[in-house]
Amino acid sequence: MKLHLTTLTAVLALGTSVAFAEEVRVYNWSDYIDEDLLSKFEDETGITLIYDVFDSNEVLETKMLAGGSGYDVVVPSGTFLQRQITAGAFQELDMSKLSNAGNLWDVIAARTEQYDPDNAYSINYMWGTTGLGVNVGKVTEVLGDDAPIGSLDLVFNPDNMAKLAECGVHFLDAPSEMIPAALAYLGEDPDSHKPKVIAKAEAVLSAVRPYVQKFHSSEYINALANGDICVAFGWSGDILQARDRADEADNGVEIAYNAPSEGALMWFDQMAIPVDAPNPEAAHKFLNFILDAENMAAASNYVYYANGNLASQPMLEEDVIGDPAIYPNEATLENLYTTSPYPPKVQRGVTRLWTKVKSGT
Amino acid sequence: MRRFLLIAVPYAWLLVLFLVPFLIVLKISLSDAALARPPYTPHFEWAEGVWAFFSQLDFENFVFLTSDSLYWKAYLGSLQIALISTVFTLLIGYPIAYGMARAPEEWRPTLMMLVILPFWTSFLIRVYAWMGILSKEGFLNQFLLWSGIINEPLVILNTNTAVYIGIVYTYLPFMILPVYAALDRMDGSLIEAAEDLGCSRLTAFWLVTIPLSRNGIVAGCFLVFIPAMGEFVIPSLLGGSRTLMIGKVLWEEFFSNRDWPVASAVAVVLLLILIVPIMLFQRNQQKQAEAEQ
Repeated sequence: MKLHLTTLTAVLALGTSVAFAEEVRVYNWSDYIDEDLLSKFEDETGITLIYDVFDSNEVLETKMLAGGSGYDVVVPSGTFLQRQITAGAFQELDMSKLSNAGNLWDVIAARTEQYDPDNAYSINYMWGTTGLGVNVGKVTEVLGDDAPIGSLDLVFNPDNMAKLAECGVHFLDAPSEMIPAALAYLGEDPDSHKPKVIAKAEAVLSAVRPYVQKFHSSEYINALANGDICVAFGWSGDILQARDRADEADNGVEIAYNAPSEGALMWFDQMAIPVDAPNPEAAHKFLNFILDAENMAAASNYVYYANGNLASQPMLEEDVIGDPAIYPNEATLENLYTTSPYPPKVQRGVTRLWTKVKSGT
Repeated sequence: MRRFLLIAVPYAWLLVLFLVPFLIVLKISLSDAALARPPYTPHFEWAEGVWAFFSQLDFENFVFLTSDSLYWKAYLGSLQIALISTVFTLLIGYPIAYGMARAPEEWRPTLMMLVILPFWTSFLIRVYAWMGILSKEGFLNQFLLWSGIINEPLVILNTNTAVYIGIVYTYLPFMILPVYAALDRMDGSLIEAAEDLGCSRLTAFWLVTIPLSRNGIVAGCFLVFIPAMGEFVIPSLLGGSRTLMIGKVLWEEFFSNRDWPVASAVAVVLLLILIVPIMLFQRNQQKQAEAEQ
């Protein structure tokens, strides 16, 4: 009987500790945080942090629309956030619990209002551009010293691509990024929702399709850094991370990032709390932790993406705040465009077009 | 009572693990996509009644599948990859199983262990390992370049060849084990008898061994073909964007289009296609069981 009693107490103790140990489940993009911040959060708050990663907005959106994802904090990009808010996937933030919200940068907040009116459901985590990552040595070897490494001509002109194919080119597997880029190359409105205009992107993409080794949204970081490929059309910070990994490996690979001169997509990754989050209280604590200027600076210094936190800027390293590829200057900023979500019918056409481009069917 | 339980257990199993999920998918395939959580309508509500619920269902999504060549091409692509992989798995698996069955008695448990051992590592990790082997700067190319067999690295990763390698590698044990089981049961004296009666070793193999291991071959082929047909992980990791398989199309409907109803319709059609081989497999197993009694 004594034994039984001990077991019972043990079970009860376990039960209570499970019930009271606060935890927060965060679902963020891969390679998108300084992992020291995760343990710092646990040490400061005593909350257990469970951190998962994804590499596509589509995967996140499917989880959000299915409901019951079990996550407390998720990080969709602007257009996806907007659609998920409409579907009722998020809860309004309780600003009284976000004492660090004053650190936010009004310039970015004004832009994210396009997706989240009054920024009621989300805070900006990071933002960046979509553009060209090149292995400078290999590209100049193939195309000569006047290779157009800052222009969409590099990846959308079949003559260039035919030569680049031998050293390897990756494109993002994200139609909502690639189609606007192709439209920008044609001089059309990148944010067009007209099926006729969108259809023009197909010819551009299909013409270079034979020379694209892979459409993938995260593999290119390693592939660029290892020298497996020489060009990636990808996200700014990811390409800069590839540059750093190559530097660290000291393998003679030199990576550069350029926002295309024809215009580059500017995107915003927003942190939001799902409507059915099991621990909204802890989720707010996590957001407030991220809003802390020092923490946000640490994250940006680590992943080479700009953030929406004005107070963090004095703490950013010079190769982050001083790099126009990360914090664009006035001239580049004018060259950036944003997009809005496609309506469902147009979306189907876009996905179909993308499948057609990728598979030839 | 015992007889009843004997029948009830497998049927309950089928009901809970097959029929109920299938009916849910079928229901979604007859619904319409919507921007909501979950992203389709109608949802069943008692207040509106059963009739109102059923009257909103339609076959629109199945009609849609016929309007676009993408879908039947993807089904055919899967069929082709599954068939060719099955043939290769058989060609490689049969000699291995044969060797195992002919090995000295005391070796067999070890050999069996070697076949099963890879299952101790996650399937995903093993497929990732192939990415490391097959990539342009991978082990295979480095070895071949080093040994001077090739001068230019081979492009294998992100092609259909890589998908075949991945499927054959992953499903090989599913072919070896049933074939080995059949060969292991075979009476060795039958071969001796055949040779005594003037058969050469090769003819004896064709006329005696192959027919006697037929059930193992058939079981192995189905065990490889059926899952390979709906395979998603291997083509998405090892295949290129030209690899058109129904598993990937299904994923895209579900994730990129957020169109659960069309995704469900694709899944229902896939199941209907697979039902024929599954039934054949069932009959083969049954016949084998009867023959043994």
